[in-house]
Amino acid sequence: MEMVTHRIKIRAFGMIAEKLGADCLDLDSIPTTEVLRGYLYQQFPELEKMKFGIAINKKLVSGNQPIPNEAEVALLPPFSGG
Amino acid sequence: MSRFVRQVILPGFGNEAQQKLKKSKVLIIGAGGLGCPALLYLAAAGIGTIGIIDGDTIAESNLNRQVMYGEAEVGINKAQAAAHHLKSKYHDVNIQCIPEFLTTSNAVSYIQTYDLVIDGSDNFPTRYLVNDICVLLGKPLVFAAIYQNEGQLALFNTKKGDIHYRDLFPEPPKDSEIPNCNETGVLGVLPGIMGIMQAAEAIKFLTGYGEVLTGKILYYNLLNHQTYTLALEKHPASEQMLPNNLTEFESRDYALFCDAKEVISWKEALGLIEKNSKSILIDVRELNERPELQGHAHMKIPFSGPHDIIPEMKEAEGIYLFCQSGIRSLRMARELSQTLSGKKIYSIIGGIESPDAPLN
Repeated sequence: MEMVTHRIKIRAFGMIAEKLGADCLDLDSIPTTEVLRGYLYQQFPELEKMKFGIAINKKLVSGNQPIPNEAEVALLPPFSGG
Repeated sequence: MSRFVRQVILPGFGNEAQQKLKKSKVLIIGAGGLGCPALLYLAAAGIGTIGIIDGDTIAESNLNRQVMYGEAEVGINKAQAAAHHLKSKYHDVNIQCIPEFLTTSNAVSYIQTYDLVIDGSDNFPTRYLVNDICVLLGKPLVFAAIYQNEGQLALFNTKKGDIHYRDLFPEPPKDSEIPNCNETGVLGVLPGIMGIMQAAEAIKFLTGYGEVLTGKILYYNLLNHQTYTLALEKHPASEQMLPNNLTEFESRDYALFCDAKEVISWKEALGLIEKNSKSILIDVRELNERPELQGHAHMKIPFSGPHDIIPEMKEAEGIYLFCQSGIRSLRMARELSQTLSGKKIYSIIGGIESPDAPLN
């Protein structure tokens, strides 16, 4: 049997962490940000209605981007309070 | 001995940096949870001119975090109370008090004379408005925002083509994506910390002391003191989301709550209810929220429950909604307006915390 070789670590903030039920999450075999969004929307349908940015290894990215193995991926919602 | 001696003797700061602060003009938008601590430290540091813009009045529930104010100041305008406090402390800071909400029609004239803007507002429409006008006028913007136990901090727009808020979030979230005010509690220390960080960024930027958060955003978590700093880059859609010029900015609808067409004052609402018996007043807060409205017949339809159209609504000619501060009621008014077209549906400005609310 083939071993999973592509692992990523998710870090979530604010309301996204609330919806995930955790601020960290380890995921396997998620090669791109689009696949990640699809996975998250399927597992946590409420996220589909929320805006959030994605950072890979502490760099904000836009559009569909590849996620390298062992990457740390941050999910960043906007905050409005003051 | 000057009141600034302890910062002037800091290696690398000195008289030169102090003179830069003295010559600087800083505008603080919102004298609330973020604005209060930022103002206290900027005035203490010797910023020459400080503008304070806020149309809101002090409510008792503000006092856990808006530490410049006390019980005796409940009901007073925040910009006026803050200006009064700071003027009584220091003779050498020129305080400009603007007791108004920032709008697309007053933003240009109020912002253009300042060197740097601090966003201490508490809602998305104002944050996008402030970002856009700072980009159009070329003003550096110190941004901070909070959600429960977390805060964000950034310095935007320090030069032409610099990163700004729309590079992070090109478009504002829709109403339905924003948590309502009832769900977001906060310990006073969090905006305290974030507001002081904003003051620190402003001082560092104005004097060239240390490193600033340009092209970056910092996330801070109060519960474990973890910080997370991210590098930002230009978003391909951010520039096209901006208004092209000041005329376009002025005609844009940032859906400011104070400009919303569905809103009405307590005085006006109660007057209309008295005149027309086919009016209903609805409390959309959760059942445990206090204070209770006294002396006026009303129904209760909690925001968290189903927003069904009930027979009373169909029969009513005027529907008046209120909540704690006017945010949930505005959202419900907009929602009901879509299903009950043709009826007059209003959200009462400021909710039960408004100084005009009829509390016995």
